[in-house]
Amino acid sequence: MLDLTWLLIAVPLASSFVLLLAGKRANPWGHWLGVAASGTAFVVGLLAFIQMLGLDEHDRSHAVHLFSWIPGGELNLDAGLLVDPLSMTFVLLVTFVGTLIHLYSVAYMEHDPDRRRFFAYLNLFVAAMLLLVLADSYLLLFVGWEGVGLASYLLIGFWNHKPEYATAANKAFVVNRIGDIGLILAMGLMFAYLGGLDFQTVFAAAPEATTAQLTAIGLMLLVAACGKSAQFPLQSWLGDAMAGPTPVSALIHAATMVTAGVYLIVRSAPVFEGAPAAQTTVAAIGAFTLILGAVIGMAKDDIKKALAASTMSQIGYMMLAAGLGPIGYAFAIFHLVTHGFFKAGMFLGAGSVMHGMSDQVDMRRFGALRTAMVTTWVTFGLGWLAILGVPPFSGFWSKDKIIEAAFVGEGAQPWILGGAALIGAGLTAFYMSRLFFMTFHGKARWTDGQHPHESPALMTVPMIILAVGSAFLGLFLAMGDRFSTWLEPVTGHAEHHEPVLPVPVIMVATLLLVAVGAWIAWRKYGAADVPETAPAASLATIAARNDMFQDSVNRGVFERPGTHLTRTLVYADAAIVDGAVDKTAHGFARTGESVRKTQNGQVRSYALTMLVGLVIVILVVVQGGL
Amino acid sequence: MDPINFVILASILFAIGSAAVLLRRNAIIAFMGVELMLNAANLALVAFSRIHGEIDGQIMAFFVLVVAAAEVVVGLAIIIAVFRARQTISLDEPAELKG
Repeated sequence: MLDLTWLLIAVPLASSFVLLLAGKRANPWGHWLGVAASGTAFVVGLLAFIQMLGLDEHDRSHAVHLFSWIPGGELNLDAGLLVDPLSMTFVLLVTFVGTLIHLYSVAYMEHDPDRRRFFAYLNLFVAAMLLLVLADSYLLLFVGWEGVGLASYLLIGFWNHKPEYATAANKAFVVNRIGDIGLILAMGLMFAYLGGLDFQTVFAAAPEATTAQLTAIGLMLLVAACGKSAQFPLQSWLGDAMAGPTPVSALIHAATMVTAGVYLIVRSAPVFEGAPAAQTTVAAIGAFTLILGAVIGMAKDDIKKALAASTMSQIGYMMLAAGLGPIGYAFAIFHLVTHGFFKAGMFLGAGSVMHGMSDQVDMRRFGALRTAMVTTWVTFGLGWLAILGVPPFSGFWSKDKIIEAAFVGEGAQPWILGGAALIGAGLTAFYMSRLFFMTFHGKARWTDGQHPHESPALMTVPMIILAVGSAFLGLFLAMGDRFSTWLEPVTGHAEHHEPVLPVPVIMVATLLLVAVGAWIAWRKYGAADVPETAPAASLATIAARNDMFQDSVNRGVFERPGTHLTRTLVYADAAIVDGAVDKTAHGFARTGESVRKTQNGQVRSYALTMLVGLVIVILVVVQGGL
Repeated sequence: MDPINFVILASILFAIGSAAVLLRRNAIIAFMGVELMLNAANLALVAFSRIHGEIDGQIMAFFVLVVAAAEVVVGLAIIIAVFRARQTISLDEPAELKG
């Protein structure tokens, strides 16, 4: 079965092409083909997983050679798949959550005339994402990386008849390109310093490379990860990406694609091992983004944008863990998996709310939905408890470990990183509770003529399954360190380090902050009345509502100077480069004009010229003594 | 007689011939100048052959004779063609190829 893992990629890809090429004929059955393709991929993944479980721990890394891709001189690259516990984790997450979201979309997109196209793009995404995580070289990973970017772009702009949605798609595409340049540069540096692009060569050569070389590669990889995972300073696209249909936000912009950056960092562990500076930068960016996302999330009234800010913040946790080195890798992936479940579940819940509320996204016009949508309320509630990190739900097991790991170290670092992670937990509790209470509790603030109703079973069943995962997956995987042991062949064995604070103190502090955050949210948004329009607020709140003015900053710092720079360059090009070429050409033309006069058509003057020339030649020859 | 005199005579003939080509407008006269230059060259070749006591120069002179004969045929044909087209054999008249 492990040798058949290429089916994981081939099946959704083939289905995607069928759906795109079959046209309207496929409309009646297209969505079921999409579900079946994703489901097949899950079954293949599951069988491969079972086979892998039967193998000895050291034999679990399995290379599948597909074909010789770039045979040439110094760069000799084969296309192949690397099936090991890390990629298998992603395969299961992507195909399982993906299949559930496919199912959900069948109902969610029922009235959309382009449902078939939607499933084609979803399948394309699944194929590209699996290629990304299964690739055995950075170049093949890059193909998947671009593939998910393309699918993300197509799906954000799925309703591109609205200009602002099309703009959001373009924004995501452009910001992602910046990250992609980082990955391309990283590959160039790897080829120059480490002599190859496949994981095996790179990781084998990494210990011999100098720290400076590895730091350069690591920072470039970080740029790539920041672009894909919406980390500071490339975070601006994620909020706007919520323009896509909600299942897309759940699958691509919460559970899987945005976590590809974390995968990249963890996969490149041998590179980061030799580059402590790059590693610290990863952790610092993660810590900063987790606070940034949380602060933005606290002020958003749009339910999807609040969830997007939360995604950004949670990925910040993962980046922070990934930047801590071997002690954090397993926790980063652990949190990634649990987050995939609870955040996808909550996005599907948000979609269910929108489905029942005529696509309303303003939380100030929700309220008291718990009676109208019981299933959604319960499933969302489980996701909410999970992300808060309330024991024994999933988030507690993964997030608490990250906070503990962040407190490991020497000097000021553990206090800064750990402090950020700790405060982040409190902020998370506040904004997620605010979201939860504004939506499901308090008084009804619905717009006129709204009749909220529970969504059909096709939507609630995936939500229930994800909610069960949000509730118990963390406990299941954390028991006996199952997950860390499973990943150990890839992430390496981590020595146990004691945090600078005793573990119980950290745990109690976290839970205390979470309780305080949730309590404040309850006081302000659960027990008290919520105004239907956003009230005037302090400067900090306004800043958070506007995503910390990220767009204005980008415009002021990059766009404007960039425009001026390009204008100057265009002018310089016209004046200097073009000018030089034009002047040279004119010079030749004028020389030609003057020489032309000698060509007067008079045979006798030609004869005279020839004679004079001949005489000169003879004189030279005679004088030269030849 | 010193064979160098033939060389001097050849130079004088060449100068006369080239002067005829450069100065006269009449194509026939200019053509005659060309013939004169060719014959001056022939004379020089034969003279050099004599000076060096080798046969090469004389052989070369025969080649020149043959080429000159061919050149006369082509040259006169051109002059007649020009005359038919323009009713003139002035060398300055046809100047279409000026740049």
